[in-house]
Amino acid sequence: MQEKTDSKQEIGQKKTDVLLQVEGLKTYFYMEQDKVAKAVDDVSFTLKKGETLALVGESGSGKSITSLSLMRLIPSPPGKIIEGSIKLDGTDLLSLSEKDMRKVRGNDIGMIFQEPMTSLNPVYTIGNQIAETLMKHKKLKKKEAYKRAVELLKLVGFARAEQIVHEYPHQLSGGMRQRAMIAMALSCDPKLLIADEPTTALDVTIQTQILDLMVEMKEKFESSILLITHDLGVVAEVADRVLVMYGGQIVEEATAYELYTNPQHPYTVGLLNSIPNLESDVERLESIKGTVPPAHRFPKGCRFAPRCKHVMDKCYEANPDLLEKDSNHKVRCYLYEE
Amino acid sequence: MHKYIIRRILQFIPMLFLITIVVFALAKAAPGDVLSGERLDPNIPAEVYDMRREALGLNDHITVQYWNWLSSVATGDLGTSMQYTGRSVAELINARVMNTVYLSLFALGVTLAFAIPIGIYSATRKYSLFDYGATTFAFLGLATPNFFAGLLAIYVFGFMLGWFPSQGTVSTVGLSGMELFLDKLKHLVLPGFTLGLASTASYMRYMRTEILEVKGSDFIRTAKAKGLSNHSVLYKHTLRNALLPIITLLGLEFGTLLSGAIITERVFSYPGLGQLFLTSVQNRDYPVIMAINLILAITILIGNLLADIFYAVVDPRIRYD
Ligand SMILES: Nc1ncnc2c1ncn2[C@@H]1O[C@H](COP(=O)(O)OP(=O)(O)OP(=O)(O)O)[C@@H](O)[C@H]1O
Ligand SMILES: [Mg+2]
Repeated sequence: MQEKTDSKQEIGQKKTDVLLQVEGLKTYFYMEQDKVAKAVDDVSFTLKKGETLALVGESGSGKSITSLSLMRLIPSPPGKIIEGSIKLDGTDLLSLSEKDMRKVRGNDIGMIFQEPMTSLNPVYTIGNQIAETLMKHKKLKKKEAYKRAVELLKLVGFARAEQIVHEYPHQLSGGMRQRAMIAMALSCDPKLLIADEPTTALDVTIQTQILDLMVEMKEKFESSILLITHDLGVVAEVADRVLVMYGGQIVEEATAYELYTNPQHPYTVGLLNSIPNLESDVERLESIKGTVPPAHRFPKGCRFAPRCKHVMDKCYEANPDLLEKDSNHKVRCYLYEE
Repeated sequence: MHKYIIRRILQFIPMLFLITIVVFALAKAAPGDVLSGERLDPNIPAEVYDMRREALGLNDHITVQYWNWLSSVATGDLGTSMQYTGRSVAELINARVMNTVYLSLFALGVTLAFAIPIGIYSATRKYSLFDYGATTFAFLGLATPNFFAGLLAIYVFGFMLGWFPSQGTVSTVGLSGMELFLDKLKHLVLPGFTLGLASTASYMRYMRTEILEVKGSDFIRTAKAKGLSNHSVLYKHTLRNALLPIITLLGLEFGTLLSGAIITERVFSYPGLGQLFLTSVQNRDYPVIMAINLILAITILIGNLLADIFYAVVDPRIRYD
């Protein structure tokens, strides 16, 4: 009996192994003077069920806009998703009505943001803000919703959950607020949890706690995580697979282990070299020269070319494609094209 | 919360004292007294005035005079008017104060009823035709002086269209009950809208700005990411935060309304404190001026007190400090 259901589940899982499939996503911002910021420019990736996928890149590379595009929360105008498809469990999110999309937000996809200080509404209690989501999506009565909020807060590690529901955001520390945000994002048991730099604003000691909690919760709720960060150190701790983003595009994609042991794109190598390493000398720390170009002024050819150590003539002519090097490694660079 | 309110009320008391000192000092600092000016009859010898001054206590030391004035004010005795000989100041004020209260409340009601919804609507439809219209109206409203708006209202709605009375508080004596209420209300319309015009215009702008500002905050993005409807994002999450600064401004509004009432009441021959104040200034009726100043100042203080208390009710961050 037991075995039978198990094997059935396995088959089912194989069939719908992919949770999120993003195909050729382009999100542009139309600014004054006819400038177009190509914040997300032809991004494709898949996220498997139960997976923790990291999206890394320097500030301005388009990570947040990618995640907001998934939620269809791009400020419009000036922003607009102009092309591509986003399939969550087979449903094309871009073809949903705004009303149906609202049922996806908070219910199928939970989201955590960078600033726990400002991401909670200062004038409502923690309980109110968690219960609100439950009342909206799970049609719970107020009382049940608060009860569930207490349970969720206990789950994310609040010993005094009964009191915390009645407290306001300003009464909690940054780490506690982020825990509350996690409880809120997970309240409706979402299939996907998007965390946009969830630990960047926190103390180093608390960062690890929050990351561990997220992974623990992911297992408990059997969901998947899209973790956005610019810190490759964070990625090493929790991610299964990594997407490296630069100039609105994916430049390298690999399993976490592969990426750390065998980075290919000069940008990835640069990012890895700029992680402070406590064991070796700080002197080794080198960062990539220059900055990410603004999304409305990408150079012709490879977008990383002006900052690249290995730049060749043809890099300035056309943008290389994201090519599969082997089964779990893709890279966008002429160094690896025959 | 209770502690906060109690603390706030305790702070109110020394402020009240300071105000009585200022009101008294201002009246004393003004040139002349009750017995100078027009009343100075050359046929009466100066000694007589001196005797009268002595009898009135005007030759006493200033602190003694203040103390005498304060203790009589505390018992409700505001003195006797000079222009309406023999009538007590309290009596004059009692006859008019409610008219001014009605007028101010009407104007405040106009402000809130128009400014908040229009501000919200403008903000949610930024740069729409409606928004441009509201903005234009706001700038016109702010640029038009009270008296001019009043005269225009009298001319258009009172004289040309004849929709509303433009003078006084009642049409005829002898009305009562519902009839009296409606008649008074009708008399309030023109002065009320005139008095409320400028603040409606400015609050509309405040409301719009605040909503737009709050809309950009992180917690609004969170609310949207939770899948809440536009309605709850706007009315639950945005509005309450946007109203916070407005509450403080409303506390100051009491003062603006009362000083605006002075002009408006004059234009509409509306028998309120403002009109009494103007005639008292013209006639150097110091006891009345002092009493009205005192009332104005106390009203402003109470307005601020109420705003602070209300703010604490709405904003949890205040309560626990
Ligand atoms: N409202 C907007 N108007 C115009 N351009 C925008 C707008 N929002 C974002 N962009 C552009 O999109 C690009 C990507 O921004 P995004 O916020 O996704 O970066 P990020 O990778 O999340 O960086 P960070 O680490 O700083 O969060 C930026 O270069 C920015 O110029
Ligand atoms: Mg970002």
